[in-house]
Amino acid sequence: MLNKRLIICLDVRDKKVTKGIKFKGNVDIGDPVEMGAKYSEEGVDELVFYDITASAEGRPIDLDMVREVAAEVFIPFSVGGGIRNVEDMRNVLLAGAEKVSVNSLAVRNPEIITEGARLFGRQCVVVGMDVQAVDVSEEFPSGYQVVIHGGRTPVGKDAVAWALEVEKLGAGEICVNSIDADGMKEGYELNITGKIADAVNIPVIASGGGGIPQHLTDVLQKTNAEAALVASMVHYGTYSVEEIKNEMDSHGVPLRMDW
Amino acid sequence: MIAIIDYKAGNLTSVQRALQKIGEESIITHEPEQILNADHVIFPGVGAAGAAMKSLNESEIGSTLKQCLKDGKPVLGICLGTQIIMESSEEDGGVDCLGIIPGHTIRFQFESPNVTVPQMGWNQVNYAQDHPIFENVAKGTNFYFVHSYYPAPQNEENALAKTEYSGLEFTSALTMGNLVATQFHPEKSGRHGLDLLKNFANWDGRL
Repeated sequence: MLNKRLIICLDVRDKKVTKGIKFKGNVDIGDPVEMGAKYSEEGVDELVFYDITASAEGRPIDLDMVREVAAEVFIPFSVGGGIRNVEDMRNVLLAGAEKVSVNSLAVRNPEIITEGARLFGRQCVVVGMDVQAVDVSEEFPSGYQVVIHGGRTPVGKDAVAWALEVEKLGAGEICVNSIDADGMKEGYELNITGKIADAVNIPVIASGGGGIPQHLTDVLQKTNAEAALVASMVHYGTYSVEEIKNEMDSHGVPLRMDW
Repeated sequence: MIAIIDYKAGNLTSVQRALQKIGEESIITHEPEQILNADHVIFPGVGAAGAAMKSLNESEIGSTLKQCLKDGKPVLGICLGTQIIMESSEEDGGVDCLGIIPGHTIRFQFESPNVTVPQMGWNQVNYAQDHPIFENVAKGTNFYFVHSYYPAPQNEENALAKTEYSGLEFTSALTMGNLVATQFHPEKSGRHGLDLLKNFANWDGRL
């Protein structure tokens, strides 16, 4: 049977992996290539690299870094942050990434999803969406809205409606990141993750809030999400990949245990 | 020297990097001469069958690949490369394919609306027959898959391995003499994937 996936996210700034709390304040914690290779050897199922300053600085993603990662990492990895157009997508894929992740670009220019899917196959196109709880209303029937710029800018879209729209446009996978839960280590936002995973027929990744292995077990057992994304849990040495996987495995989450 | 056939179907550098990692020299090429002169041939591919077949039909690659098979050269198909060695694919409204292995490539169909397509992630590969590429790779080892279609060979003897997805058992590797083909991506399947590629590089094409 298909396993659930444990994904580690590495936010990269100036060739260093960094971790912020609620999108404010960042600390450098290591080299992306070394960390990616180490996690891969330790059994993580997939990696995500976000070039967190490319977008703000208006420069393309650091392709050298992508190439260096690709030379050392032989599991799937995706790259995001600072994708401006399909040419950037092509460059990232040719540099060795398996998938490209778009977030605010998809909101501003939804055609990028369709164009990327047409040119490279929909499995290459991951749409990341930052979501935030709001009062249920006619505009936001799911009770969650989509935001960009690290949660600072609401875009006036309901989270479930947007997920359905990006699926229709050609997204191969959706990463649902809860702005409210991110960095809090109190568990994933089960409610909206579950609603989106039930609504779409493409894989959903839960992101934001993982603090202990039980949080991953919860989101993967209580919702139809296929993957859970972690960052600080592993970056600070609180847990190893093996510890997380062993604990999830012991609770019956189907996982790749033969790395 | 391993020739990785370039027919404009997706990213081939990941296959080359994996070969580099295991110390195998390779070349990404669409030149018939380079393909025919290689010791081993990999026929990879990511993307849609329609565009891939269009590109193949506009070049000599299809006939070159068939010549390699006739010559007894070990050939490894991966993902889309595996799907289009069948007679046809349901993708893109139905596409005639290379017809090397009898049978068709069909789309995942599930009764339950909750099954995601594509299948994306790690799943177990259970080989039904021993094969040199699975030497020292245990039955049930997890490999990385990402696909919406899968090959359904007409003859069971061509079904080298099976994998189960949401209650459906599909063929995840094919065998026919010196041709072996996987629906999964060995180049993205960590240590075991690299082992499989090494086994292929060491294979003389005989069973």
